[in-house]
Amino acid sequence: MENNITKASILESFRVLDLTDEKGFLCGKILADLGADVIKVEKPGGDKSRNIGPFHQNIPHLEKSLYWFAYNLNKRGITLNIEAKDGQEIFRRLVKTSDFVIESFPVGYMDELGLGYSALSKINPRIVITSITAFGQTGPYKNYKASDIVGMAMGGLMYITGTPEHPPVRISSPQAYLQAAAHAAAATMIAHYYRETTGEGQHVDVSMQQCVVWGLGNAIPLWELNQIILRRVGSYLSGRWTGTKQRLVWECEDGYVLFVVMGGAFGAKTNRGIAQWMQEERMTNKFLQNMDWDIFDMAKQTQEQQDQVEEPIARFFMTHTKAELYEEALKRGIMLAPVSSPRDILENTQLKARGFWVDVEHHELGSTIRYLGAFVKASETPCVIKCRAPLIGEHNLEVYEGELGLSRAEICVLKQAGII
Amino acid sequence: MQEKVFDGVKVVDFGWVLAGPIVFKFLADYGATVIHVESHKRPDILRVSTPYKDGVAGVNRAGYYAYWAANKYSVSLDLDQTGGLEIAKKLVSWADIVGDSHRPGVMERLGLGYDDLRKIKPGIIMIRSSNQGLTGPNASHPGFGNHLNGLAGFVDLVGWPDQPPISLIVAYTDYVAPHFAVAALVGALDYRRKTGKGQLLDLSQLEVGLQLLAPVLINYVVNGVEDSRMGNSCSYAAPHGVYRCKGEDRWCAIAVFNDAEWESFCKVISNAPWAQDPKFSTLRGRKENEEELDRLVEGWTINYNAEEVMRRMQDAGVAAGVVQNAKDLYEDSQLKERAYFWVMEHKELGKFSHLGQPSILSKTPAKPYRPAPCLGEHTEYVCRELLGMSESEFNEFLIDGAFGL
Repeated sequence: MENNITKASILESFRVLDLTDEKGFLCGKILADLGADVIKVEKPGGDKSRNIGPFHQNIPHLEKSLYWFAYNLNKRGITLNIEAKDGQEIFRRLVKTSDFVIESFPVGYMDELGLGYSALSKINPRIVITSITAFGQTGPYKNYKASDIVGMAMGGLMYITGTPEHPPVRISSPQAYLQAAAHAAAATMIAHYYRETTGEGQHVDVSMQQCVVWGLGNAIPLWELNQIILRRVGSYLSGRWTGTKQRLVWECEDGYVLFVVMGGAFGAKTNRGIAQWMQEERMTNKFLQNMDWDIFDMAKQTQEQQDQVEEPIARFFMTHTKAELYEEALKRGIMLAPVSSPRDILENTQLKARGFWVDVEHHELGSTIRYLGAFVKASETPCVIKCRAPLIGEHNLEVYEGELGLSRAEICVLKQAGII
Repeated sequence: MQEKVFDGVKVVDFGWVLAGPIVFKFLADYGATVIHVESHKRPDILRVSTPYKDGVAGVNRAGYYAYWAANKYSVSLDLDQTGGLEIAKKLVSWADIVGDSHRPGVMERLGLGYDDLRKIKPGIIMIRSSNQGLTGPNASHPGFGNHLNGLAGFVDLVGWPDQPPISLIVAYTDYVAPHFAVAALVGALDYRRKTGKGQLLDLSQLEVGLQLLAPVLINYVVNGVEDSRMGNSCSYAAPHGVYRCKGEDRWCAIAVFNDAEWESFCKVISNAPWAQDPKFSTLRGRKENEEELDRLVEGWTINYNAEEVMRRMQDAGVAAGVVQNAKDLYEDSQLKERAYFWVMEHKELGKFSHLGQPSILSKTPAKPYRPAPCLGEHTEYVCRELLGMSESEFNEFLIDGAFGL
């Protein structure tokens, strides 16, 4: 993070109380990357979400959850039992000097504790409270339970993902609540802008289901205008042109690549590039050689013609590794990308050249861990990765003694009473 | 009390196809004046993509474009003409924020790179959404969201363990990246208001997409483990998957994580004899016999409508949800209650559902102010009313071909 220390951060004088579990971690993480002082508030003994794997060196332990590490990076951490009266009182005191509260409890939970928006806004009218739930704070499904797979189902992404021969399938690494949490950061910043204009906070109500629906491309208008239901079509493009399927995932020598034979100016350049390369390696055929890519038009392409174009390309790809194919595609300006594995991503030259990865010290583990860096490169207010995720109650003294002014004796009492 | 969050904020967007324009959907929905610059010569790709009204092609009949473009203005400019470029620069001096989502280099060639813009308008904020960022050896490599799905590692994680990966139909990062971008952009706008300083935001869709796979990547960093696709299974839950229901291609997702949920699940299926089998009574037992369990669960769900399976499970406290298709979502009572689709009368599409916002701000909710614009619909309005051109000035530009008509 070169020279970033001297630069300002967007949220450097703002404080966030982050009460979320895995459904909302990423929201606070984004605000922390923008410079906010994000305090992760978890229950005494540690949040349940610390049980989410994978674990550091495969040792299952509350202080070794890589999920926790990844999404609580850059935050401080305190423990507090907000179900106890003393805990609630401390929380209200913290709210007075905070700017944001983020929570992902079931609908109504915060209100029951007397910590809902209407109560907290009386203590601090500037407070922005963001609630992340499966279906939102209102509506017939507001109390429905939803894990990732239910979210991906109800949000429509599963229906269009998979092959016709198999059931709809989700992305193996949970996404639904991450989408919601990322959106929550955007919505929270919009409420923040309004607060900075008027002095008034408000309640931000995020629906995970709506966030998944957000990513459905043209599925909804396709139904409304043409009564066509977008279906899962395996590794082909679908829904954009007339009927003809265009292969998207291709097998190669050691894995898979993404490539599409398509028309238009973009398609012509890529098609010509691949045909040229195949010719150089004597792997083309008459049919491809005689093709006029400038008039190649998907709207007129029959399935049979498309198959004829794709067949020799498929054979060609089998003679190269994904790294070879990608490297040559980069040189020739061909639109092709590898189906990256985690290792491919860690070794990606572009990410390295942009200084994407950041090594962060974990003293207690005696090592550093390489993390993902900033999500945006901002010239005046760069994101800064300051510190690893907090240990359980790591900043209790700093916050309760140093900032709230509680005495050591009081803190010891609160600890023994299970409040902190 | 002010009601529009971004009242008075001025945005000109030179971007196209998804990620860039979606960023400005947020600003438009919360009250900024957002002008999308396009041209008849080179319309947004979404305007020449299906679906079309009645299946008849036309730049103003394309539902894909309109779905994402509520509340925006459209100006047609031919940036290859000096007149068009001159107006583009006038728009830059008018604007607080300039957007672009072309490949790095395109705006520079037009003299509209960040360094050019800050000379025209000191303090401007420019946000550029690109596939892989503005710098680095692969910055200008062309590609669509479908390529990025693979490059960023999502495709490898979709499908069944013993089978090839399956591509996502949607350009996943195009929809996810704007959330991150908006958080940074709105922050930059507030920073500018307080300090007078603008800046350049360089947003790589690859780098943003990876944020949603952080645990997978860090697992490789720390443990050398490469997670790959595993169908619908979850290592610590069973049953966990989608189950076929009554009807054609109807499915319901069900997820049972602990013993209490398992007991509730058993009650819903009327304590079917197989469910009493001791081998299913523990999570480990259910995981060990998962294939058989899935078949038995499906033997029950197949007798009911997906909606009924969901309702019964949810009433008993088990996480379950219909695998909804576009028609289901269009009719979804929850989405209706939350007014997610903004139905407005569009000039050529007629009554059309524009997409709204996925969250509700209690005091300043996003609102449907106007339907998606037809291509160049606001060219004259913007030139005359917002840029203050005289009628004769406007006509001169018109004759010079500045508007690419």
